[in-house]
Amino acid sequence: MTGDPVLEVDGLVKHFHVGSQLLGGGGTVHAVDGVSLTIGPGELLGLVGESGSGKSTVGNCIARLVEPTAGTIRIRGTDVTHLSRREMRPLRREVHMVFQDPYSSLNPRMTCGEIVGEPLRLHKLVPRRDRDRRIVQLFDQVGLRSELRHRYPHELSGGQRQRVGLARALSVSPALLIADEPVSALDVSVQASILNLLRELQRDLGFSCLFITHDLATVEFLCDRVAVMYLGAIVEQAPTEELFAAPRHPYTQALLSAAVVPDPVEQRSRTRIVLEGDVPSPLAPPSGCRFRTRCPLAARSAPQSVEEEPELRPVGPDHLVACHLVGPGGAAPEVLDLAAGGI
Amino acid sequence: MSDTLLEVRDLSVRFVTDDGATQAVDRFSFSLAPGEVLGIVGESGCGKSVTMMSLLRLLPETAVVTGEAVFQGNDLLSAPPAALRRVRGREISFVFQEPMTSLNPAFTVGRQIAEVLQKHLGLSRAEARRRAIELLDLVRIPAPERRLDEYPHQLSGGMRQRVMIAIALACDPKILIADEPTTALDVTIQAGILDLMRDIRDRLGTAIVLITHNLGVVADIADRVVVMYAGRKAEEAPVHELFAHPQHPYTIGLLGAIPRRGADRLQEIPGLVPALAAPLPHCAFAPRCPRADDLSRTQVPELREIRPAHLVACFHPGT
Repeated sequence: MTGDPVLEVDGLVKHFHVGSQLLGGGGTVHAVDGVSLTIGPGELLGLVGESGSGKSTVGNCIARLVEPTAGTIRIRGTDVTHLSRREMRPLRREVHMVFQDPYSSLNPRMTCGEIVGEPLRLHKLVPRRDRDRRIVQLFDQVGLRSELRHRYPHELSGGQRQRVGLARALSVSPALLIADEPVSALDVSVQASILNLLRELQRDLGFSCLFITHDLATVEFLCDRVAVMYLGAIVEQAPTEELFAAPRHPYTQALLSAAVVPDPVEQRSRTRIVLEGDVPSPLAPPSGCRFRTRCPLAARSAPQSVEEEPELRPVGPDHLVACHLVGPGGAAPEVLDLAAGGI
Repeated sequence: MSDTLLEVRDLSVRFVTDDGATQAVDRFSFSLAPGEVLGIVGESGCGKSVTMMSLLRLLPETAVVTGEAVFQGNDLLSAPPAALRRVRGREISFVFQEPMTSLNPAFTVGRQIAEVLQKHLGLSRAEARRRAIELLDLVRIPAPERRLDEYPHQLSGGMRQRVMIAIALACDPKILIADEPTTALDVTIQAGILDLMRDIRDRLGTAIVLITHNLGVVADIADRVVVMYAGRKAEEAPVHELFAHPQHPYTIGLLGAIPRRGADRLQEIPGLVPALAAPLPHCAFAPRCPRADDLSRTQVPELREIRPAHLVACFHPGT
């Protein structure tokens, strides 16, 4: 990382109240429970987690689509956590989002050209007479024929729609792009073209990116660094190559071992760590280590894991892990050996 | 393969609606051996789900189905409804993608499993309950007695999919058709379901047809793989053969499109899957194919066996 960080998130917490508090029922969903991360200029950070891990909520908080409960969010040094909507407006240029579902994230009553031109209009970036030229340019940049700007979203394929979403996000040249599962709804062959495009655009334009996904292979292909989330917190964070080569946290190890690879020889020779039980409810996360209810090594770290929440500690250059069993030098328990030995 | 459990020949499915006709499946053939796991791979709209639905005549009336599907000496496509009812859910059963919507939210899990047992096997309520506990145990649901009295919303996605598999296995079927059974699930849950399906095949000898778009899942569990494109079979081979020596440009494209480390660019397949009003008079993949020439643009390639047990429908096969 060179230069000042584009994004700094510190101790981000988001709790949702659910149910009726009047009747004494209801509760608090601990969607995000103290997440800190930084993204440098031109850096792609992958935020990985399974459903309910809180990864999308982190993205939504950063874009100020939901109000964080606690913590601070700085964009290029400016604290945006408590800015009012009006104060936030000029800063909306800095952060843009691409959503998972290209069917529901585009206004069906606007043409694709209008959709892409909307941010330009709202931020008064391009005079009206030049706007169409800029839209054509943006369409060209994301690989869409310029005639498509007169079409409505429903006339386009899923992949084309996702390109429109990308063109809209990039129209204001944001410093940070938040991409929330941008290819999950697409077929493999279409996915590939969007991932290639995202990578090319990032290299050409140099924006930073928070890439939220459940798909490890995509992260490995695209991202510089990875943060793994489990039940509202980051359990491990490392440069991509390092994380895939030497995962330390038992959850990361399990996640990597469970991912299927498209090669029968390799796939069938792998030992899987199968996690027991379900992810606990974020209404009542476990005390201490949030992974302990499913951790194959829970017995070894008790009672500390029940009483104390493990801190996210450095175990190597730019490598952070939150596990009681990982030694200060970064010596990690090999869950796979235990699984192979039949625990 | 000495014996065949299911033999499908020249299956075509055409939907005729007021908006016009759609050719979903075009002269598709495959066979399934007892205890075999057959993976059917393809992208959205290639006809993989429609093919399997048509076998048990689960499609709406707008579907015109032709061809043969011989199961234990009888053609399912021409069987009378009563005979078909004895096959559906009993000899051949289905597991669908969405464990959230395929269970009835108003009934307990136990009642939904027992229903199958009482209807198909004529078990009494007490017997059905006993057997339901066994089945939940078989799909490795902890504390089955307690789970039996729970409603679907009380279970996680992975648990619900296990219940769906328990229901599908209730009558000890010969064939289990699993349509994207792990697509809606997280990877760590997917791993458990794949292990369970492998275990079921090994212990009960159930043949499994696995419909999926995920080549990783196929690499994990399938014995043999069929790649479908635009309603036709593009390629078929034993799993190791297919991944080691893919021949059809579409299969090669799919494999190259999967994100992986170190790749500078992923392989893209330009263009879109064609919407078919009628069977194409040429290779369906030609408009998107780097190898296409006049031949593939004017004629339909027939399936040829170019290596042992390896079939390809392409004029210019090769890795």
